[in-house]
Amino acid sequence: MPVERVEGAKLGQSDEEIEEEVKRGVLTTSLDRAVGWARKQSMWPATFGLACCAIEMMAAGGGQYDLSRWGMELFRASPRQADLMIVSGRVSQKMAPVLRRIYDQMPEPRWVISMGVCASAGGMFTNYAIVQGVDSIVPVDVYVPGCPPKPEMLMHGILKLQEKVRTQEPFR
Amino acid sequence: METDPIIRDTSGEIRQETMIINMGPQHPSTHGVLRLLLELDGETIVNCKPIIGYLHTGIEKNTEYRTWQQGVTFVTRADYLSPFHNELAYCMAVERLLGVDVPPRAQILRVLLGELNRISSHLVWLATSGLELGAVSIMLYGLREREVIMDIFEAVTGLRMNHAYIRIGGVVMDLPDGGEAKIRSFLRMMPKRIDEYETLLNKNPIWLERNKGVAVLTGTDALALGVTGPLLRATGNPADLRKDSPYSGYETYDFDVITRTDSDAFARYEIRMAEMRESLKIAAQCVERLAEPGPVMVDDPKIALPGKLSVGPDGIGNDPEYLRHIMEESMEALIHHFKLATQGVAVPAGEVYTAVESPRGELGFYVVSSGENRPYRVKIRDPSFVNLQALPVMVEGYLIADAIASIASIDPVMGGVDR
Amino acid sequence: MSVPPSVTARFADVVEARGEITVTVGREELLDALAWVRDHEGFTFLACVTATDWPGNDPRFWITYELRTMGGPVRRIRLKTGLSDSDPHVSTVTGLFPTANWLERETFDLYGVIFDGHPDLTRILLPDDWDGHPLRKDEPLGGVNTQYHGAFIPPVDTRTS
Repeated sequence: MPVERVEGAKLGQSDEEIEEEVKRGVLTTSLDRAVGWARKQSMWPATFGLACCAIEMMAAGGGQYDLSRWGMELFRASPRQADLMIVSGRVSQKMAPVLRRIYDQMPEPRWVISMGVCASAGGMFTNYAIVQGVDSIVPVDVYVPGCPPKPEMLMHGILKLQEKVRTQEPFR
Repeated sequence: METDPIIRDTSGEIRQETMIINMGPQHPSTHGVLRLLLELDGETIVNCKPIIGYLHTGIEKNTEYRTWQQGVTFVTRADYLSPFHNELAYCMAVERLLGVDVPPRAQILRVLLGELNRISSHLVWLATSGLELGAVSIMLYGLREREVIMDIFEAVTGLRMNHAYIRIGGVVMDLPDGGEAKIRSFLRMMPKRIDEYETLLNKNPIWLERNKGVAVLTGTDALALGVTGPLLRATGNPADLRKDSPYSGYETYDFDVITRTDSDAFARYEIRMAEMRESLKIAAQCVERLAEPGPVMVDDPKIALPGKLSVGPDGIGNDPEYLRHIMEESMEALIHHFKLATQGVAVPAGEVYTAVESPRGELGFYVVSSGENRPYRVKIRDPSFVNLQALPVMVEGYLIADAIASIASIDPVMGGVDR
Repeated sequence: MSVPPSVTARFADVVEARGEITVTVGREELLDALAWVRDHEGFTFLACVTATDWPGNDPRFWITYELRTMGGPVRRIRLKTGLSDSDPHVSTVTGLFPTANWLERETFDLYGVIFDGHPDLTRILLPDDWDGHPLRKDEPLGGVNTQYHGAFIPPVDTRTS
């Protein structure tokens, strides 16, 4: 499992080192590191489609791009079963309280990807109707630029998030 | 004292109360952020109230603050599954205000991309409604073929969605090298794929059970509620603006308007499948006509926004030829470019309403100019918005599970509904 | 498309521009006029209802009704009526064209025009507790209080970036 090592990651060993130890039949690591490693490959995103980006999110889940390669294919209809929210599209004033409520219903630990420029900063819709950046409502882990981002860009964001999950301290 | 009305269920037993449930705005089967307030008697829907606005984007207001050319960029994001139709209807309105004629080759490209867009939109419809009714393989197949169209769009316009390719006075640029071959190979591949879908669905007992006789909307109701597109054609009414009020040269293409008479969700499915074949037919005719070269933008430097792009080292960029032209060769071209980019074009005062047949029905643009370099008012008459009004008529009295099939058969795009 | 003589005979203010027919009527005769073009001229399909705002003018609001024929080649006609700033009331046309329901609600929501007799004249696109009618010309593009925890969207021109 050759995974690029994050610069400055201070927790435990690299994946290669772990693999080596597994081959020897012995595994020693810190609990933090083991939990982060286990978590990153089983994200359950909530189906939270808003606008154009939702179509690209669907495309990313389709056959050609196939998100299941990163253990992400299990889109959950209920936020209570999900730990990742992909805010895919423009968030209107009317939707903002709903979005926050859905976020609150998600169990910890939970992560948010802000997909596309509208969700990240309001984008071209600098007007009365659109929340200028979803980070004023929910904490965002990864911002994906683009209008809409190509599925490859969403995947890049997801890989970045996995890196973040792997290296962050799980117990806060 | 008022008493509650007595409601009897199917077995004649008296019920005293109904239940109100809230479906959405976050619900997997509501095609985005539609919310329904449903009053239920057991499993039967007594009352349905759609609540919209969860994706209200202020596109109409935003266009009033940007130049006419920039308006294309906004309207293309309204109904994000049919961007080319939004752009086309908007540009037709501005062109009518300006009184310019679009070169024939640009018209052909507009028709070609519009028809490919119709196919991709219907494919997304097929994929999502398949998913909602439990046919997951159909979702995978629909998205698979959509990717091929997305590749074509990306090669032609630089973007997979939200293209801003159709501009006032024509289109941004001609097909790229190899674009025609890409389209031809798609046209060869697609009919077999449609056969495949039909083999999977036409006799599938679950598909038939979920769609036949569901979401019935009679012709009279449809007309009274302003419903257009496949929903209206499913009632036997051959209303199609491409035939009835031809634009972009549609009168010169050979294609049929598909109608059915069952007025139910299955009839709409059949219409959309057949329309994909008709769109392939039109697209093939377009490709034949593209053999003749010609300009794709009006020859008026005051209107034609020079948007010539090429793929640079960073993936996209201005065409070096064009840059050389304005920077080194022609002072006049530079001035025109500067004026267009900073001020845009002043459009004569007036009001127009233009409409095109989008995958969902009559997509109209009511555009008012006060003679300035930006629109005074842009109203988008979106078919999804009007068609969604018919939802209560289609679901009341049916089971709650049928509501899912009904919404799917309307094919509303919330970006268009809420704008 | 030329104006049918019967339309010119029936209405005083008929304009043809860019191939489109526009009939301007007072708001009192609006319902009669719509019923007449529907029943006598075949414009049975109401495509669009909307408004434009011209602050400082009288009438300030112009309500526009786009009608078309159904079946065969499409003919279109536009009916307009003006409303003053102080009295932005017009009677609903939902009785004639049920499709006007949501279109009128939208016009009310965005412009604050009251459609008298409308079965359910409530906000449709904006949240129920929204202040003002954003598409009026005197409303700013940005710079409004949001509905979420009293946050504020600064106007576009005051942004730093």
